[in-house]
Amino acid sequence: MPFLSIPARYEYLDEIREFVAGVAGQSGFGEKEVYSLQLAADEAATNIIEHAYAGMSNGTLEVSCNLQGDSLVIVMRDYGKTFDPSKVRQPDVTTNLSKRQIGGLGIYLMRKLMDEVHYESIGNQNILTMTKRRG
Amino acid sequence: MEVSSQEFKHCDLIRVKGRVDSSTAPEFSRALEKITSGGRYKIAVDMTDMEYMSSAGFRALLATQRNCKRYNRGEVVLVKVPVRIKEALELAGFTELFKTFDDSLEAVGNF
Repeated sequence: MPFLSIPARYEYLDEIREFVAGVAGQSGFGEKEVYSLQLAADEAATNIIEHAYAGMSNGTLEVSCNLQGDSLVIVMRDYGKTFDPSKVRQPDVTTNLSKRQIGGLGIYLMRKLMDEVHYESIGNQNILTMTKRRG
Repeated sequence: MEVSSQEFKHCDLIRVKGRVDSSTAPEFSRALEKITSGGRYKIAVDMTDMEYMSSAGFRALLATQRNCKRYNRGEVVLVKVPVRIKEALELAGFTELFKTFDDSLEAVGNF
């Protein structure tokens, strides 16, 4: 299974997006879907770096990506603090400029772009599973 | 990501090339802040050569839009937004917060 293990730092986001795009492209996903998958993976990884590994620069992020049936499944595993994105309040994306929330947008996009987002914490591991069906 | 800016009489045009994510968004923010800290609040962001933008870039745009629109002193407008980025901005409900133009001269002329 295609697998990537990288330092949990923002400068590696490029590598995650390329990895996901590579697998998605080979799996027959179209350009629009590939962009969505890259964006969702970026937002998920950004949240892990920002929250699970808040203030730590030596964390590890493991990413696997593979086709199961007609769905692309991205799994991200970290060993940082427990951070459940489903507990984050959804931002109101219709309100006016002054009330518009700055936070929570990444998670909101992740949920909108993917068909399923599932989070679990087992022992010292946090496991985020995101699934998108081929259109 | 590469950012360059050009000062016009009534506004500033900022061109962003490449990918804006959590790694590069701080540089994008700094370029925007450099303009606003100089007391200039009319900004056109040319996205012709922007390949990608995550919510980190959206946040930089939102913060700048708030700052610029305060006291009706100006605003941020977007130019030539690539289709994929436009779709993501729409999903985030951002397209209502920014005027968009298909041409940088038209955007500059708007101010």
